[in-house]
Amino acid sequence: MTRNVVVTGIGMTTPIGGDAASTWAAALAGTPGTIRLGPDWAADQPAQIAAMMKVDPAEILKPVEVRRMDRSEQCALIASREAWADAGTPDVDPIRLGVVVASGIGGINSLIQAYETLRDKGAARVSPHMVTMIMPNGPAAMVGIEVGARAGVHTPVSACASGAEAVSYAAKMIEDGRADVVVAGGTEACMNGVTMAGFAAMRALSTRNDDPATASRAYDIDRDGFVMGEGSGILILEEEEHARARGAKIYGRYGGSGLTSDGHHIAQPDPEGAGAARAITMALADADISPADVIHVNAHATSTPQGDLAESVAIRRALGGQADHAWVSGTKSMTGHLLGGAGAVESIFAILALRDRIAPPSINIFNFDTSIELQVTKDGPVQLPAGDIAALNNSFGFGGHDVALVFKSV
Amino acid sequence: MSEDILAGLAGIVNEVAGVPAEDVQLDKSFVDDLDVDSLSMVEVVMACEDKWGVKIPDSEVKNLKTVGDAVTFISAHV
Repeated sequence: MTRNVVVTGIGMTTPIGGDAASTWAAALAGTPGTIRLGPDWAADQPAQIAAMMKVDPAEILKPVEVRRMDRSEQCALIASREAWADAGTPDVDPIRLGVVVASGIGGINSLIQAYETLRDKGAARVSPHMVTMIMPNGPAAMVGIEVGARAGVHTPVSACASGAEAVSYAAKMIEDGRADVVVAGGTEACMNGVTMAGFAAMRALSTRNDDPATASRAYDIDRDGFVMGEGSGILILEEEEHARARGAKIYGRYGGSGLTSDGHHIAQPDPEGAGAARAITMALADADISPADVIHVNAHATSTPQGDLAESVAIRRALGGQADHAWVSGTKSMTGHLLGGAGAVESIFAILALRDRIAPPSINIFNFDTSIELQVTKDGPVQLPAGDIAALNNSFGFGGHDVALVFKSV
Repeated sequence: MSEDILAGLAGIVNEVAGVPAEDVQLDKSFVDDLDVDSLSMVEVVMACEDKWGVKIPDSEVKNLKTVGDAVTFISAHV
């Protein structure tokens, strides 16, 4: 018997909002989240702009929680608490409750802090919490302890595709019968001099330091790299009968996923978009829909010259002429790039777009790159049709990871 | 002297483990009453060493079961 997966709760903390409702409202309003960085370490960085969380976790969590958790764990916990409450704190047998929370980088801020302690004060003063703060599975583990999950706690790591891979893995846990409810999503918080310098050395970051608000400009002809973002998005995925039996509200359906790899280059996308296109095609097949059903795409669209173009080629390759009917949103133009958190936040955006029948805007497109053969929401939010519709969410990661997710309206 | 050390220790336990300072009393067990786990106990020891300039070896930490044990040890070595 087929086990269907629905979304019954959402939580977010992002550069444009401290929770899901305010983040979604800010996205629909076309709010840029990028700011000029203040800290001293930013002064000699090539990229001095980033999208910091709108609400600092320290304003919400207890001091002892902040002390024991890396920032990436803190925002995952905040988003998870919101999502769990939003789902009505599901009454589920702990052995049927799972957690899949991804991170692309892990607790690098804490690692740097520990190194500074080691250097300045010696080995005896390195925190006993350091290891659990830097391990990439730390956020998933913290959330697992919070909700008491005993069906399994997992952490896919595939750079900027991590959050999407987590949603796929979580859905499979339910489809395969391992769990009835899974807390799923991604998190990232790696704003520090080392990370910023490394990404800048790859020429991956926008250096539009004099105009932060317009720096993240996917599909604009003058896009010059992504803007580093931080935050977390968490979904409560639930087996449909389980959700209906307890009268849970249902945001939308998880349709299916496709996961492939490029086998091409450690950091550059395959310009032909073959792996990405196959991922999209697999996701549509898994969701049992055709390209004509895809009315909306929340694109990866990081604002890098190569990446946006390669993705557009892949979308057209997979959807063919039906791509003309899909409204494509590049929401990183507002949130910045949340790396391991991106796929989860953008899955939530896709689900809310289906629920509210509105595709969010892609901001900062002053001169549309006409080599992008897609229908982009460059002039503001766009109304989506009534009836059964589907949305696609793409995520790609350094290493050549391609993840496509399909969600369906209810 | 002991009162000062108790007050200082209460502040440390509050900061490290989130336990209300007023709950940190001489007869309280770190593990059973204050929920200070072994990792947090390491932090408590580090903070005490820094605050009072004492050395609390691992072999001694296991004997510090109550707040009173810690106050006595620190008082004797400060």
